[in-house]
Amino acid sequence: MLGIKGKDLTLLGVVAVLALCAPFILNPFPQDSAMAQFNAGYPDLMQRFVIFGIFAVGFNILFGLTGYLSFGHAAFLGVGSYSAVWMFKLLSMNVIPAIILSVIVAGLFALLIGFISLRRSGIYFSILTLAFAQMSFNLAYSVLTPITNGETGLQLSLDDPRVLGTSVSDTGGIPVTNLFGLEMRETTTMYFGDWAFQFSNGYYFCAVLLLVSFYISIRIFRSPFGLMLRAVKSNQTRLNYTGLNTRPYTLAAFVISGMYAGLAGGLLASMDPLAGAERMQWTASGEVVLMTILGGAGTLIGPVLGAGFIKYFENIFSKINDNVLHQWFGGLPEGLENGLVWVAEHFVGSGWHLTLGLLFMLVVTFLPGGLVEGGTRIGRLIRGKTRRADEKSAQSKPAE
Amino acid sequence: MEAILLQILNGLDKGSAYALIALGLTLIFGTLGVVNFAHGALFMIGAFCAVTVQKVLTLSKITLDPTKTDFLGNPAQIKTPYVESWFGPDIGAALIDWSVPLAILFAIPIMLLIGVIMERGLIKHFYRRPHADQILVTFGLAIVLQELIKHYFGANQIATPAPDAFRGSFDFGAMLGMDPNVVIYPYWRLVYFAFAAVIIGAVFAFLQFTTFGMVVRAGMADRETVGLLGINIDKRFTIMFGLAAAVAGMAGVMYAPINSPNYHIGMDFLVLSFVVVVVGGMGSLPGAVLAGFLLGILESFASMNEIKSIIPGIDQIIIYLAAIIILLTRPRGLMGRKGVMEE
Amino acid sequence: MSKLLTRRGLLKSGAVGGAGLALPTIFTASSASAFTNEPTGGTVTLGFNVPQSGPYADEGADELRAYELAVEHLNGEGDGGMLNTFSSKALGGNGIMGKKVAYVTGDTQTKSDAARASAKSMIEKDGAIMITGGSSSGVAVAVQGLCQEAGVIFMAGLTHSNDTTGKDKKANGFRHFFNAYMSAAALAPVLEKLYGSDRAAYHLTADYTWGWTQQESIQAATEALGWTTVNNVLTPLAATDFSSYIAPVLNSGADVLVLNHYGGNMVNSLTNAVQFGLREKQVNGKNFEIVVPLYSELMAKGAGQNIKGIVGSQNWDWKLSDEGTAAFVKSFGTKYGFPPSQAAQTCYAQTLLYADAVERAGSFNPCAVGEALAGFEFDGLGNGKTLYRADDHQCFKDVLVVKGAEDPQDEFHLVEIVEVTPVDQVTYDPEHPMFAGGALGECNPGA
Repeated sequence: MLGIKGKDLTLLGVVAVLALCAPFILNPFPQDSAMAQFNAGYPDLMQRFVIFGIFAVGFNILFGLTGYLSFGHAAFLGVGSYSAVWMFKLLSMNVIPAIILSVIVAGLFALLIGFISLRRSGIYFSILTLAFAQMSFNLAYSVLTPITNGETGLQLSLDDPRVLGTSVSDTGGIPVTNLFGLEMRETTTMYFGDWAFQFSNGYYFCAVLLLVSFYISIRIFRSPFGLMLRAVKSNQTRLNYTGLNTRPYTLAAFVISGMYAGLAGGLLASMDPLAGAERMQWTASGEVVLMTILGGAGTLIGPVLGAGFIKYFENIFSKINDNVLHQWFGGLPEGLENGLVWVAEHFVGSGWHLTLGLLFMLVVTFLPGGLVEGGTRIGRLIRGKTRRADEKSAQSKPAE
Repeated sequence: MEAILLQILNGLDKGSAYALIALGLTLIFGTLGVVNFAHGALFMIGAFCAVTVQKVLTLSKITLDPTKTDFLGNPAQIKTPYVESWFGPDIGAALIDWSVPLAILFAIPIMLLIGVIMERGLIKHFYRRPHADQILVTFGLAIVLQELIKHYFGANQIATPAPDAFRGSFDFGAMLGMDPNVVIYPYWRLVYFAFAAVIIGAVFAFLQFTTFGMVVRAGMADRETVGLLGINIDKRFTIMFGLAAAVAGMAGVMYAPINSPNYHIGMDFLVLSFVVVVVGGMGSLPGAVLAGFLLGILESFASMNEIKSIIPGIDQIIIYLAAIIILLTRPRGLMGRKGVMEE
Repeated sequence: MSKLLTRRGLLKSGAVGGAGLALPTIFTASSASAFTNEPTGGTVTLGFNVPQSGPYADEGADELRAYELAVEHLNGEGDGGMLNTFSSKALGGNGIMGKKVAYVTGDTQTKSDAARASAKSMIEKDGAIMITGGSSSGVAVAVQGLCQEAGVIFMAGLTHSNDTTGKDKKANGFRHFFNAYMSAAALAPVLEKLYGSDRAAYHLTADYTWGWTQQESIQAATEALGWTTVNNVLTPLAATDFSSYIAPVLNSGADVLVLNHYGGNMVNSLTNAVQFGLREKQVNGKNFEIVVPLYSELMAKGAGQNIKGIVGSQNWDWKLSDEGTAAFVKSFGTKYGFPPSQAAQTCYAQTLLYADAVERAGSFNPCAVGEALAGFEFDGLGNGKTLYRADDHQCFKDVLVVKGAEDPQDEFHLVEIVEVTPVDQVTYDPEHPMFAGGALGECNPGA
């Protein structure tokens, strides 16, 4: 089906089910329970999971397949965001032209940077991409303020000259982003006992694009082109000796992954029409590297998992304050309560970075293949058990 | 002319900071083949050694002064540092004044220890792992170290002044027969420059003239063969890691008076020091030092008004622009060796 | 028709429509409530969005302390703080309109993007009816824009750029903190008194929007005194070492250095300038002086000895002698063991002002609250008589000119008040060119 088969098809199916049911899966706790803090099923975060998933999937096409470690990928995401917001300002609030433009602009930008940076390999390549991205960030923050609105970030305003559409909505506000009239921020809430599940148009729009991106990524991984990229990773020199010029292949991979980043940037702006320069900073580039490695570089699903993992900590753990902690441990004797709160405080709220750092170290130390490796191990454990059970039953049969 | 002279001085000073950090980073790159994203954190911990020493020296006995009131209207607390009550006000005050240079003595063993623990406890397990894994684990470590420091010292910068003797600046212009106040440079920055030169020289001499250094250099060139010769290269590499940590730490201590440190100071330097190392060329110590000074001087020149008025914003990007140009014209940076970190 | 909707906003309709139903009940947005996140239960949730990581984390922590204190006082716990001195007596210590005040916190990371994500989660997940906090103008403007779209009130924390209530002003956004223009207007007469009217100034300016607006304001105000501006040099935000910008200053003919920097930039540039010995030099026959237009207690601490004698401006200081300040310092100091910063005071005041406006309006509806706040005159919150101007939602009040203390009694006395510039001197026309180009627009209640 769809030109993919076997495990890949299953994987795509699993991702599709997970993405479509995310509002349920991410909201496992009743909304007034103490655990509701850990619910992640609200539109903004779900959108972020999916969008950064797309970003990481695209990054993985370059890094996972060719081994070229770009440290400047956030620049493409940022450029994508700026293009999309400009499209909203000038053309229309429909997300389709905005996203198309972000992908194209990011692709062109990637072509330029890739063409130059890919003249070098290894760490020299990484530093070249880093340098380009940092230049983009520094300029966007200062000199390019007329285009980027600098520190504040590019926002919509009430006097945008929108060619197809109005500058001001009927209610006197800024019009909202939409897909042919379907508002991106519209959310339907479903109540089921104590649970509330939120279904956001924007989220489902992003989820569909994630599935498309994921599908394309599978096709690339399994194509002759993908094979060529892997060959570049395993031994570029040998490939060159066979008379093959690898540059067009790596450049194609670089541009494709740049376009993925542009798509992610365009989607970010479509969900929330703001484009900030920080999106291009090296920390943002570093983040996608971390997402990919954490999830499992070179695997199909790993980057998506890594993206979800990091965004979850950033958005959920940072919001747990000592007030919440006291509520959790409120039933305990006071001394114990305060002790537990004191310990837990280090890891949540303003200490969320610490938890993330520790988890980076633990995951990479004990799961060399990233989170995917963890999943495989658990899978093997379960299968191993069933196999053993099978063996047992097989052994016991003759005795019957 | 004066302006150029001034910016060369500035560039040398900035460059010495870059070179010191890049030196340690290259030692780890070159000897161990590890991409150490926690190197900035080591620099930061060094700076906090200075903070700690200052805090310890200013630990105070609290007495109440009924003539003054504090912010709540209670009698004001008068703090007398213990060192002043033990050694007398003069020596005590001098000790506090000289807390940053004193911190060097404290920082060396601490940083060596931290380096050795890091290498034995963590980095050792990552020698044979892909660079990507090394980045993830050292970045995680950097975050953890940063957060610990933030938790105990806060996020705000902490003033760690240089000794009073080094306050003010030296008038080079007057010495060279120019007008006074034209080419001046702060004493402490000159000290920093001299200090950096000594450390860099010492590291080179150590690698060049000792047997230990010879083995390490051989290990950098071909680790396997050295191992086959029956030399315990691992133990030496551990020591090298400790040494690199100590260099970063001392750079941090001495830098504390120039910019009041906070927990983030290492991250600010991290990216820059990677650029410096790579521009210098992977695996080359002289390259790292050269690149450090070169980029420092370029950065200083780019911040001159005359240049900024021609190309606005050039000081924002000069380091990266220079890095791109150098890497495109010299494939392995200034003095890089073939085959190091090129895959 | 805007349909942004969230959980808490729907609770009420859920309750009416059939709470506890086991069958899924789907509500569409339009049938819900009058405005975003209308509080329906016994509590009302406020969103405290402050920097908890990054360079302003300590400032964020102080803001959070102030918010927690404000919530305590609103709920009738503690000693009541400035509720007792506040000129409006609508609040009775029984929450807001009888609802107990609850709160959620988030980390802005001092990045527009992260701040918006955090604010969105408060609105979408936690049902926050008001967002407040922040420690930079970029963040304030970004979050203010978000709140306008989402239909909740934004009570800005520390933000000093003219743009927040200038070209980026929004109907749902309110600023208690002062701005760059006011700093300049307050500083200028004091500078003239201290340093004379014949001075040449050299500006170092952080190269982003806040820096530019402050530089523009200071330059205009000082040139009106007769000062000349020798040069304005933009410095990269990421710069940590300012030596190469400071080195040419002495030779430029300038005799005053104005540092339009904040936070780490300010601490470093001031430290560097003092290291160069600028303050001991004589230029044009006068003592060389340094001015830092925007001061904060935390920056003063970071710069240590170097701030001695340096003049700047503040929104508020705990050493003021009015009874509002005294009450606030007492309850904050008793609870936390040190006096509050100006960021804490502005955040505390903003929370009280919001709560009071709700009480007076008799509704949580952002439009009603906005109406109650606009043009509101009050006293007793530490800044003297204050007006929340209707034209741009900016507070007008006295501005403090402060100076680094020569011999501080302890670490809380690092700055001393030089002068309290009366509000008339810092008031400007809403159409002033530095603030022109934006519009409040219509208030947005969300649903």
